[in-house]
Amino acid sequence: MTEAEIRKLASEILSDIAPETDPAALAGGSDIRAALDIDSMDFLNFIIALNKRTGVAIPEEDYPKLFTMDGVVAYLAGSA
Amino acid sequence: MPSLGADMESGKLVQWLVKPGSAVKKGDVVAVVETYKGAFEIDIFEDGVVSELCAKEGEELPVGALLARIAAPGEEPAVPAKAAEEEPKVPIKKPAALKPAPAKAAPVPRPSPVPSRGRTKISPVARRRAGELGIDPDMLNGTGIDGSVTLADVELAAAKGMSAKAPSPAAAPAVRRTGFDPDQMRQAIATAMARSKREIPHYYLSSTIDMSRPLAWMEAFNRERRPEERLLPAVLFLKATALALREHPQLNGFWENNRFRPADGIHIGWAIALRGGGLIAPAIHEVDRYALPSLMEALRDLVARARGGGIRGSEMMDPTFTVTSLGERGAESAFGVIYPPQVAIMGFGRTVVRPWVVDGDVTARPLVTASLAADHRASDGHAGGLFLSAVDRFLQEPVSL
Repeated sequence: MTEAEIRKLASEILSDIAPETDPAALAGGSDIRAALDIDSMDFLNFIIALNKRTGVAIPEEDYPKLFTMDGVVAYLAGSA
Repeated sequence: MPSLGADMESGKLVQWLVKPGSAVKKGDVVAVVETYKGAFEIDIFEDGVVSELCAKEGEELPVGALLARIAAPGEEPAVPAKAAEEEPKVPIKKPAALKPAPAKAAPVPRPSPVPSRGRTKISPVARRRAGELGIDPDMLNGTGIDGSVTLADVELAAAKGMSAKAPSPAAAPAVRRTGFDPDQMRQAIATAMARSKREIPHYYLSSTIDMSRPLAWMEAFNRERRPEERLLPAVLFLKATALALREHPQLNGFWENNRFRPADGIHIGWAIALRGGGLIAPAIHEVDRYALPSLMEALRDLVARARGGGIRGSEMMDPTFTVTSLGERGAESAFGVIYPPQVAIMGFGRTVVRPWVVDGDVTARPLVTASLAADHRASDGHAGGLFLSAVDRFLQEPVSL
């Protein structure tokens, strides 16, 4: 997947989780959880969906690497 | 019209999902009712055959008003067999004991077996779009969270020409309108909470719980598992609370007519913040009987349905105790306001790493503040304190959860 594809996929998943927000407009370095006001259940759902759509395992200890959009892109581009 | 909480006075029947002649089983969803809290799926409490739909779609009815009549299974339904010919929108399980339909009705389409989880999971926006396009979400392969059908799946199906399928007459009104009204919900919370503080003499207790054992256990559990099988600390809190309630039944029930009535089961209301503001606390039934993985699944499902629509009437009707967990970005402790007629509410704050003394040495540990607000008419602080210790004890033995 290209970086743009990853960004688009992540934004799609997040807008399903937080429908009234615009995740595509997120600053790359801002904390997704705070910016979209999502809780740990929402974040787990985000990880579940990323895992399903990309096949990347994403162990729990790596969660902090996926707290920002830039982090998500770097993580998945490196593994997928 | 069922009461979906002490603060509900009336509800609007939005849609019938059964017809006269439909066979229904306990737990089947038969109607959609809308209140200011949103739309709820009304599930039925007994087996039988719908003999009459008394309320009309769109009608606003007070709590207690008659919605429908159900004939017991085996009883002759008081309706022409014709009604059974059209398959209901939501597949209904036919009780095996049901008499064969009269010859005139044959061939009756046999509803396909229903998966135990009920209808296809679908996001509300996707359901709306599917309704507009006349696409049956059950036919789609969901790629969303938990395999739920997303907007993208619906659009893809439309692009592939699935919309060619003639929309069934029921498809258009099947679009779920949610009646969620933040202003009205604010008003209802105000009423219920003011009543609580006016009538209930709350007492408050809190304990700090060392979470290093349960969290270490959970991390090990999660390590070998795919994301959808992983647990969250919330589920440990929930199960430990349920097991502690078993030991302290005087906190699990209702204050009614100036006395305490213990509940039949441990049905814990889980406080869920809604994105539009406000909150609801639908129940997970018999929490103490769940294994952790299935409890996690139930919790995930409950939160998803609370936010997307699809909470069952029975889940709103009978919580016997409430738990509020503030999660990883919340405050450090929560002293709740009891939701009447319940008699207690448990709060879990954010888990924080702080100095803690173990065997005489100061060490860094993840700690959580567990707090109990309870009705002093129904229990005393001593019992509350023992209850909090029991929650701690169960959390320290995560394997026993």
